[in-house]
Amino acid sequence: MSAPNEERSVFLSGNEAIAWGARHAGVCLASAYPGTPSTEILETLATFPEIEAQWATNEKVACEVAFGACLAGKRALTACKHVGLNVAMDPLMTTAYSGINAGLVVVVADDPGMSSSQNEQDTRRVAPYGKVPLIEPSSPSEAYHFIQESFRISEKFDIPVLFRITTRISHTKESFVLTGQREIPVKPLDKNPRKYVMIPAHARPRHLDLEKRLAALKEYSEQTPLNRAEIKDRKTGFITSGVSACYVKEAYPDASILTCGMSFPLPIKKIGDFAKKVRKLYVVEELEPFLEEQLLQAGLAVTGKKPSWRCGELSPSAVRAIVRRQDRNDPLQKNRRPLLCAGCPHRPVFTALKKAGVYVAGDIGCYTLGALEPLAALHTQLCMGASIPVFEGIRKMTGDKKTVAVIGDSTFFHTGLSGLLSAAHNGTRGVVLILDNAITAMTGAQSNPGTGATLQGKPSRKISPEKLCVAAGADQVDVIDPYQMDAFYRLLQTRLAEDKLSVIIARSPCRMVERSRQSPYRIDEAACKRCGLCLKLDCPAIAKRDDGTVVIDQGLCVGCGLCRQVCKFQAINTKEGASGA
Amino acid sequence: MPEDGTMTILFYGIGGQGVLSAAEICARAAIEDGYHVKKSEIKGMAQRGGSVEAYVRLGTKVHSPLPERGRVDLLACLYESEYERLRSELKKGGHDLFPYLKKARAVVGDKTIFLNTYILGIVSSLLPVRESSWITAMERTFKRNFEQNRQYFLQGREAGARNDL
Repeated sequence: MSAPNEERSVFLSGNEAIAWGARHAGVCLASAYPGTPSTEILETLATFPEIEAQWATNEKVACEVAFGACLAGKRALTACKHVGLNVAMDPLMTTAYSGINAGLVVVVADDPGMSSSQNEQDTRRVAPYGKVPLIEPSSPSEAYHFIQESFRISEKFDIPVLFRITTRISHTKESFVLTGQREIPVKPLDKNPRKYVMIPAHARPRHLDLEKRLAALKEYSEQTPLNRAEIKDRKTGFITSGVSACYVKEAYPDASILTCGMSFPLPIKKIGDFAKKVRKLYVVEELEPFLEEQLLQAGLAVTGKKPSWRCGELSPSAVRAIVRRQDRNDPLQKNRRPLLCAGCPHRPVFTALKKAGVYVAGDIGCYTLGALEPLAALHTQLCMGASIPVFEGIRKMTGDKKTVAVIGDSTFFHTGLSGLLSAAHNGTRGVVLILDNAITAMTGAQSNPGTGATLQGKPSRKISPEKLCVAAGADQVDVIDPYQMDAFYRLLQTRLAEDKLSVIIARSPCRMVERSRQSPYRIDEAACKRCGLCLKLDCPAIAKRDDGTVVIDQGLCVGCGLCRQVCKFQAINTKEGASGA
Repeated sequence: MPEDGTMTILFYGIGGQGVLSAAEICARAAIEDGYHVKKSEIKGMAQRGGSVEAYVRLGTKVHSPLPERGRVDLLACLYESEYERLRSELKKGGHDLFPYLKKARAVVGDKTIFLNTYILGIVSSLLPVRESSWITAMERTFKRNFEQNRQYFLQGREAGARNDL
């Protein structure tokens, strides 16, 4: 079955190119949890009606749904950011043993430089550990072609393929021509317990088989055009992969270069032949010395980079510095500090938590910004879903009632729920706050089980966090609008004083979803004592002028009225009414 | 065009200013004229008022999404206090549009949503891309206010051509 041949000029980001490539490769199902920089892969796939594209509650679930689809004989894809793959490692490790029925590709987006992440782990290391082949495109146009090849590799070698990109590929757009057509290889559901039930008796022969498949992949890596040598000047040669290949070509356009589109297993013979043709051989790669270590192990004389280059992104200038054996020495960039949006409902929550003087075990989301001055009311952040277990550990060891957990609705559905269950099971007391804006906000407003809509925006069952919390064993569950600052603060104090496991759900919509505005507020200069209380809210709409007066930007203010609530001198009002809305 | 055939424009400012749509239109206009284009942006926390930057590179075959340090041909800064952050990326003899920013603010007044289009007009006066390609690219990007955007674009284009600060 195939659609008419498509050939058209496009301008696509790496993420969009992957979605188009997957479509032309005949992918029937794609499942993921949002995560910068990978989010737009699923958002683009969702625009193709013939593909079942979905947001799963977390990356492990997404990977398992995709595996199920591939067993059903349909090509499937899952996508995540680097730390998301940590969550999906359990299924990934064993699918390598089982193998696949129809092609299965796991797309993972690393974030060198941490534009929006908590670490810069190099996921390429997962490939040898998980015993799966690793494909790395260097540009959006390559991503489009390589993802299609990845499905063929997956099926040819009966193995899931790890497809690794980085932020700079995800978010770079390139002009190129789409040449593919949608082909759907149809297979029946594979009923084969010896292959898909990994009890020890089945897993032992599958492991042996996996070693054979890896040996075959090693041979394939020597032949595939994904690994391509370009011999030019014989004085200098480069071994590279991913976006680093583009940086090398920019900095040293005349040098010979071998770009590894398949960077595990590496084509050692091919690289050895290449090495013989050049006088001096460099390895250029972002993050870990992944290629370098494999080449040194193979006995090839290559020059790598100094350890300081394991941190951060590379660039054409970085490639020059690496070749000169210099250390990384970046000028400190003074980027503007990110802020919670004007009208963001997390702001009153952190204002109250700060006033209460509690220790806050936080989680991953926009509300992590509550850690920054002047709000400065969040004290830990580790990984998705860690808030409640970290809170439990602290609370059990200190016994201090002034310890709380703070987690967003999407993160709660992701991996927070199991932490709450465990806390209830182990008799933990104290307060858990769920900041419920009914959306996955940090990645740009994606739906989750509490939204009441799917990835495509179609209505779906809206899961109630309060019912879940009751079922998970919370003694007390309250739902409150955090903009009622006094009531919210009183409730917090009451629950902190009790000896129960209680959940406070602070419910108010995200400003990226709820765009309606109230009349903006103004500061009455005569009444203002310049005490700075409103400035401590860290609202992007409130600023102090050079002359010391405080003003509210009428374009940015959405009229949430939080500043009016904290002002002790009634100096903040709307244009219409002296006492405000 | 510089000798290696690739030209780099750096747009930067803060979240909400339309830095990314200006870069997008610039890229699409160049594609319309047959160039190979790569556009790379940093927008991690843009929605929350953070710094935003976008590189547009055009040529016959563009390799890297990023230029070498200090090799930007055209620097388009849209926000005063951000200027220093990346001004060293401009190459010697490159075009710095920062001196136009004051004039641009005066022209658009409180209609700050058109600041990006006006600056884009100045950019267009310095690039070897046909006017019709710019207009086509804008038409595809701005679904609303196209006519107003076109006016501000043409004003900027004229100011750029006359070197009118």
